[in-house]
Amino acid sequence: MVTAAPAKTEYEAVIGLETHVQLKTNTKIFCNCATTFGGTPNTQVCPVCMGMPGVLPVLNQKVLEYAVKAGLALNCEIAPYSKFDRKQYFYPDLPKDYQISQYDLPIAQHGWLEIELVNKETGEARRKRIGITRLHMEEDAGKLVHGGSDRLAGSTYSLVDFNRTGVPLAEIVSEPDMRSGQEAAEYAQELRRILRYLGVSDGNMQEGSLRCDVNISVRPVGQKEFGTKVEIKNMNSFNAIQRAIEYEIERQIEAIAAGERIIQETRLWEENSQRTVSMRSKEGSSDYRYFPEPDLGPIEVSPEQLAAWKAELPELPYQKRQRYESELGLSAYDARVLTDDRAMAEYFEATVAAGAPAKPAANWLMGDISAYLNSNSNVSITSLPLKPSELAELTNLIESGTISNKIAKDILPELLEKGGSPKALIEAKGLIQISDTSVIETAIAEVLAAHPKELEQYRNGKTKMLGFFVGQVMKKTGGRADPKLTNQLLAQKLNE
Amino acid sequence: MVSIRKLHQQLIQKERSAVEIAQEALDTIQKLEPKLHSFITVTAERALEQAKQVDTRIAAGEEIGLLAGIPVGVKDNLCTQGIRTTCASHILENFIPPYESTVTQKLADAGAVIVGKTNLDEFAMGGSTETSAIQQTANPWNLKRVPGGSSGGSAAAVAGGECVVSLGSDTGGSIRQPASFCGIVGMKPTYGLVSRYGLVAFASSLDQIGPFARTVEDVAILLGEIAGHDPKDSTSLNVEIPDYTRYLVPDLKGKKVGVIQETFGEGLDPEVEKAVRVAIAQLKDLGAEIQEISCPRFRYGIAAYYIIAPSEASANLARYDGVKYGMRIEDADNLIDMYTRTRAQGFGPEVKRRIMIGTYALSAGYYDAYYLKAQKVRTLIKQDFEKAFEKVDVLVCPTAPTTAFKAGDKSADPLSMYLVDLMTIPVNLAGLPGMSLPCGFDSSGMPVGLQIIGNVLREDQVFQVGYAYEQATDWHRRSPKLK
Repeated sequence: MVTAAPAKTEYEAVIGLETHVQLKTNTKIFCNCATTFGGTPNTQVCPVCMGMPGVLPVLNQKVLEYAVKAGLALNCEIAPYSKFDRKQYFYPDLPKDYQISQYDLPIAQHGWLEIELVNKETGEARRKRIGITRLHMEEDAGKLVHGGSDRLAGSTYSLVDFNRTGVPLAEIVSEPDMRSGQEAAEYAQELRRILRYLGVSDGNMQEGSLRCDVNISVRPVGQKEFGTKVEIKNMNSFNAIQRAIEYEIERQIEAIAAGERIIQETRLWEENSQRTVSMRSKEGSSDYRYFPEPDLGPIEVSPEQLAAWKAELPELPYQKRQRYESELGLSAYDARVLTDDRAMAEYFEATVAAGAPAKPAANWLMGDISAYLNSNSNVSITSLPLKPSELAELTNLIESGTISNKIAKDILPELLEKGGSPKALIEAKGLIQISDTSVIETAIAEVLAAHPKELEQYRNGKTKMLGFFVGQVMKKTGGRADPKLTNQLLAQKLNE
Repeated sequence: MVSIRKLHQQLIQKERSAVEIAQEALDTIQKLEPKLHSFITVTAERALEQAKQVDTRIAAGEEIGLLAGIPVGVKDNLCTQGIRTTCASHILENFIPPYESTVTQKLADAGAVIVGKTNLDEFAMGGSTETSAIQQTANPWNLKRVPGGSSGGSAAAVAGGECVVSLGSDTGGSIRQPASFCGIVGMKPTYGLVSRYGLVAFASSLDQIGPFARTVEDVAILLGEIAGHDPKDSTSLNVEIPDYTRYLVPDLKGKKVGVIQETFGEGLDPEVEKAVRVAIAQLKDLGAEIQEISCPRFRYGIAAYYIIAPSEASANLARYDGVKYGMRIEDADNLIDMYTRTRAQGFGPEVKRRIMIGTYALSAGYYDAYYLKAQKVRTLIKQDFEKAFEKVDVLVCPTAPTTAFKAGDKSADPLSMYLVDLMTIPVNLAGLPGMSLPCGFDSSGMPVGLQIIGNVLREDQVFQVGYAYEQATDWHRRSPKLK
């Protein structure tokens, strides 16, 4: 039976992220064990982080500082008084069988961050604020290694490594303000950028120092109520976050369209097959029996302390982006690329401060210099031998017409490797651009005399030959002739 | 009667060596343990080694502290590095801590000689030491009676002369009540005065470590040694610790003593009441101003306590899961099987009961009705005390409603056992210092205890009143006839 297709229902996704970020302290949150990644199992442990009988936690004050700074950078309200709670559940990677976390009084709440979705072609940006519900401090659990299976179920034995137990975490929960995989991936990246600017986290997804869980549901456009939400875990890159969400949106819409019910569950993103698979049902939420941690006193942040930490905050990525656009006249795209990494932004700013025009400095950094850094992993922007003042000098040599862009590109590899004054280098190499009209005119005269045939062709209307003559003049002058002036003078001569 | 000061004099005057003193304690232990069962572990070798070090220091002409060479018993819920720490539970029966509790470290630093680890109710949960999974401790005054609990081993050991002083822990009365039952002095200090690092937690917001001794002076000396801020315990108070022996002056002129009316009601043994009333009259004779004080919310203490303490305990005892240390059943089919059977076999009935009460009280939907409400009651009880201390310097009342009962009398009825701590629990809920000291005997020859309660960090007042009373009476000079 054939019926007329009904008007297709339009769906929208509702997405929120829960992000666990390792705070980059030297020691664990409640003891003095090292937090270094990748140590031999159970070598960075002590009675406290192993949950031995009778031991007590003592809060690492650096964790509080980092959490408050992250909260401030995310425009949150910082609680003057908060506390830790015990979250209780039995699992072998949790030595006390409760996790010290924060429940009803998190250190930070009610914030936001701004994401920017840039159209690469037009350079235009669309901005959107994503709400931050809360940020709280907690301890990480250990790591289980299963024998005979990659999960506890089905394994013949399991080993536990407590090195990670007690590593400080900030859990950052967003509002369900995102509507696409791209927005979610951008949120996660902006979050990481902010945390890296603050120096409070590495945000390394491969090492697990930044882990995102996605909550996602779909609903018909216009509907107010949320659909049944599904949690997705196991994304190891921003790209994976985007793809997992895109896959999941499609899966949920297809299921609803087919008349199926969405099950509240946790699903895992499988990188190999590029799909999400069901891990466990979440219906009937678990009861963690939270109660205030009696071994730790209340956490108090005085107004003086808060002001001091606030004063230590650096200019944040979105503030830099705005300033680069409004003050330096860069495009949204350029501003975003330059501010992605704080060290790169600082290099750029130092270059501009040393007198370089913003756009050319941006171009050098985003182009040749970034390419160089990408192919030389042992060099970073901070260890680059070419200093910002030297890059500024190079851009000014071009601006003033002392050297051509081409010469600059030719000498760049040497500058990147050794640093030093570009001016001194071009002088030593005799590469200063020839802007003397008489010198160029002599060269032109010689070239024209040497190529009568080509001159004939040009004058017969083959004006494309201009390029040939420019090339010949350049050859004759070792590439140093001012290209603009050469063009101009040649055109005059040829048309005489 | 032996005392810290007497032994100290003998040591520095070289009348006796520390090894001789330690050996005497160990001999007494060997002789009495078949009757008393106060100690789970006797650390004879280590004790003699520690004593020898003290003798070496004396021989070298070094100045030694008051506690040097003094035989001390330590409750077996205080972690001692390299010495098994059982909590009188099968689940930790073979647990040897790789770390030292702050208090035992302080004892060692002071040159004290630890003779052994004393028996207790399993995980300090009980009022008679009968829930110990290891052994049953007897009351030195009558071997058929319980020593009280949970620090029954520490109390019986001092009363029986197996050691000079000992350490216990008090969550709802676990030092004061056994001190009362065994006719000795026991003190629970202000919450936070003594570091809890290395004390195996029962109820973290209530647990406090404190001393047992035959005299108020010895309690004051020992407390002075173990008190003080510890960076390893976030709840430990950062306060100056005075020399408590400075307050041991037999003068009560102008001292205001409040008598808690509510403790003299139903359920109080008439012989206990009589002894305590006589003691109060003696305080008056010594110059104290006696006032009746009402603490109307005192009686809700037990109800609040039996929500708060088990709630905290249910979390504190979760770690005994067979994964890391302690007991683990051998033939588990899977993780859940290992958890449930290890815990089913490892814990005794009273511990299980409290874990279940606590788990229930913290469950979603019950939290507000139980845990939160209990915390509010706790605040009200604190307020009653605050009001009382606007009028008086110390409060007095019986330590326990009865004298030591017969072994087995209450073990089948948990509720009647819980009522034993009626008069001590509110002091823990309010975090105040409380001391029990002997104030008479009942007709069957069992000791009665008087409880003196001070305001926060006013141990000095408690010591002063206790010392004046002790000096005016001779209850503390009596010893059980065990030998």
